[in-house]
Amino acid sequence: MGALQSLPDEPEYRDLSEKTGFSFEQIGILHKRFKQLSHNEDTLRRDDLNTIPDLSCNPIRTQIIEAFFDKRNFHQNGEGTVQEISFEEFLVVMSHFRPPALDMTEEQREIIRREKLRFLFNMHDTDNDGTITLEEYRHVVEELLSRSGALGKETAKGIADAAMLEVASISMGHMEPDEFYEGITFEHFLKILKDIEIETRMNIRFLNMDTTNLCK
Amino acid sequence: MPAFSCAFPGCRRDLLVIVLVVFVGIGLPIEASAPAYQSHGTEGSHLTNITNTKKAFPVLAVNYEHVRKPFEIALWILLALLMKLGFHLIPRLSAVVPESCLLIVVGLLVGGLIKVIGEEPPVLDSQLFFLCLLPPIILDAGYFLPIRPFTENVGTILVFAVIGTLWNAFFMGGLLYALCQIESVGLSGVDLLACLLFGSIVSAVDPVAVLAVFEEIHINELVHILVFGESLLNDAVTVVLYNLFEEFSKVGTVTVLDVFLGVVCFFVVSLGGVLVGAIYGFLAAFTSRFTSHTRVIEPLFVFLYSYMAYLSSEMFHLSGIMALIACGVVMRPYVEANISHKSYTTIKYFLKMWSSVSETLIFIFLGVSTVAGPHAWNWTFVITTVILCLVSRVLGVIGLTFIINKFRIVKLTKKDQFIVAYGGLRGAIAFSLGYLLSNSHQMRNLFLTAIITVIFFTVFVQGMTIRPLVELLAVKKKKESKPSINEEIHTEFLDHLLTGVEGVCGHYGHYHWKEKLNRFNKTYVKRWLIAGENFKEPELIAFYRKMELKQAIMMVESGQLPSVLPSTISMQNIQPRAIPRVSKKREEEIRRILRANLQNNKQKMRSRSYSRHTLFDADEEDDVSEVRLRKTKMEMERRVSVMERRMSHYLTVPANRESPRPGVRRVRFESDNQVFSADSFPTVHFEQPSPPSTPDAVSLEEEVPKRPSLKADIEGPRGNASDNHQGELDYQRLARCLSDPGPNKDKEDDDPFMSC
Repeated sequence: MGALQSLPDEPEYRDLSEKTGFSFEQIGILHKRFKQLSHNEDTLRRDDLNTIPDLSCNPIRTQIIEAFFDKRNFHQNGEGTVQEISFEEFLVVMSHFRPPALDMTEEQREIIRREKLRFLFNMHDTDNDGTITLEEYRHVVEELLSRSGALGKETAKGIADAAMLEVASISMGHMEPDEFYEGITFEHFLKILKDIEIETRMNIRFLNMDTTNLCK
Repeated sequence: MPAFSCAFPGCRRDLLVIVLVVFVGIGLPIEASAPAYQSHGTEGSHLTNITNTKKAFPVLAVNYEHVRKPFEIALWILLALLMKLGFHLIPRLSAVVPESCLLIVVGLLVGGLIKVIGEEPPVLDSQLFFLCLLPPIILDAGYFLPIRPFTENVGTILVFAVIGTLWNAFFMGGLLYALCQIESVGLSGVDLLACLLFGSIVSAVDPVAVLAVFEEIHINELVHILVFGESLLNDAVTVVLYNLFEEFSKVGTVTVLDVFLGVVCFFVVSLGGVLVGAIYGFLAAFTSRFTSHTRVIEPLFVFLYSYMAYLSSEMFHLSGIMALIACGVVMRPYVEANISHKSYTTIKYFLKMWSSVSETLIFIFLGVSTVAGPHAWNWTFVITTVILCLVSRVLGVIGLTFIINKFRIVKLTKKDQFIVAYGGLRGAIAFSLGYLLSNSHQMRNLFLTAIITVIFFTVFVQGMTIRPLVELLAVKKKKESKPSINEEIHTEFLDHLLTGVEGVCGHYGHYHWKEKLNRFNKTYVKRWLIAGENFKEPELIAFYRKMELKQAIMMVESGQLPSVLPSTISMQNIQPRAIPRVSKKREEEIRRILRANLQNNKQKMRSRSYSRHTLFDADEEDDVSEVRLRKTKMEMERRVSVMERRMSHYLTVPANRESPRPGVRRVRFESDNQVFSADSFPTVHFEQPSPPSTPDAVSLEEEVPKRPSLKADIEGPRGNASDNHQGELDYQRLARCLSDPGPNKDKEDDDPFMSC
């Protein structure tokens, strides 16, 4: 959005703050980080994120990076992926990890819960058809276990199969032997993860003070 | 009246029996202490008589002195347990009144009875309390401490434990001193240090009381871990303050150097305790690495190392409680990866049993000591103490939460704060510390009385009202959820996701350090402390394996299907329809895996032979193993094709399960001791009653008599077979029947059930 300045730009930041809920200081710090990652350009590319050393040993690195470039996470009802993102889109994706405020009502918490779970769902549903199929779920588990040694695809398959069976049982109850469970829809996904209290778990701390100089 | 209306007629009679037994139980220890004199007397006369006349040979003689001490101890414990039993038979009572209150009342009654008889009721000896009664409870708490919520909230817990306790101690001590200065109270002889000492004793939240009460209200995890963690970690502060003020009150003056030394002492006590505990924990983990041949004594290692950690740190005046917690927490992940399932169950049940007995005894003795102890009652002092306790706790919690919430991601709500404040119960530790005060304190009796009153107040009033208050305030309760593989997958997924996003954000947060610790743990520590190849196994797999194992055992033992998935959904519902060609490929894969499993298990079986300390003689193992294995291997190949269809009803490739024969207990035992590697999955059969019941399935069921639940396991020719001659023959019999497929079997192999 125009020239990047080191001081918080009031009107622009106000827009962003309203949209994403971050405070001005937080936006300022994230902006600094964005510039650092994108080497002072306006947009961020996949390769910029690939070079982060902390991510190199993360088993689900590809999925995380993909999530940043997934249009479904930009809250604009888009679909598909992009090659580069602007700071605003970067912030919108980050806003999925903000903790809920203390004084929120139950409905607001529910909305936040759905939002976060939607983010997770989008990460699993790579072909964008609205359901997580068995193959996609298997892929998820395989990636999770990929860093943990060569345990073979069979193990991952077994676990994914068990998980899928569980979802099907909880969501569908009874099925005839020749019926086919297409995949996990978003509603089923909400159902199986409702006990996990995602709105308190899926948060990271966003700094209000600038400590980016302390780490790479 | 409704309390005694029971669902079935025999209940009334049971109650009467219980009450009778209880009275007998009460009567005996009283009598037991009485004849102490008489038996002694008869002995003396006996001796003198022997020189004079020859008495007839005593066929039956009573020698009570001989067994006196253990007899009394056993009787007390029996009484305590009978009481506990009795409470749970009266349904209404246990729902309203927490057990701890009832036990104290029983103690009071027993103490009263003893006093009425004229005997001296026993007092809760501090030595006994600190060395025998407290450690099991703390070890139970520490070993089963839920690590994730604890580490996520450790900052908050520490603030409450350290700063909260300090605040309580000084606030109470100071205000009580001010009170004592008032002439009308009549306590002007009490100096500041004595008051501070009293304050430090009474200010600490007690883990025993908290456990006893909170266990029954099932509150949400966050609040539970906050109060509970605080009660455990404030021990260091209590120890330091107590010793500090005890020393100073003898001397009478405090210098700045003393205060500074006190602060240093706090760090030494707490960190030293943790260090001692961690050292013993690592020792225990290391020892458990080698126990694969002597499974029977595995639980003992856990208990003894922990107890040694406690005693060692008590020896150095470090915090024994923190040592126990550290020991339990450190050793648990490694020990659990090494020990057998039975040992794990043993440890769990023994810990629960001991801690339950200890808790019961503590509360009963508290009641008895109240009746026994010397009392000095001063209305003002006692009432003020109780009020100040409440006030200082509330103020402390509110003030600290205000500061803490600035640093927390998930803030503490008002409801949480209320429960944390209200749940700050005092208990037997305060009493024992008070009892330890030497008699030179002229205020000792007054202090003891006040402490007992505070304990009674918190346990009775707060303990009884916390449950209705929790209901009233609609505080979030703990979700009783079964372990779900989906939740587990997503928990791990979330961990990695959040670490990754923190990396993108560029700051080293909570998840970053956790990830670093995990990696360090995996690369260096696990290598040394976990036996065999298991250290490479990731958590998700361990969880999955455990879940399956639990279900399999449940199935075998109960002979029923597990009710985890009460539906008719089976694999065929979620498998995408596949072309016939795929199933052949699958067949190949299955065969390969089975072969690999056989190899694996052959090796494993060799390295895990039984010694004679286990249930059977293992001499023949190695000789027969080779031959057996080869034979069954061939049978296995045949069976693979048959198993093809059955696969569709099961989740994963069935690896080896022990032969589910009734008489073959030892086989099952061995498999429990198998530490499964990732390749050979003991799989569970979430059995779905397969609707189109194939002739195969039926016939197999008939082959396996008396075990209808385990349908068509591929009985693995694992180590089991080799040890068990009998099992071997059975395998072959089974295989022979199975390998009798008619032509229609092969046709059905082409069914596209099993793909993937």
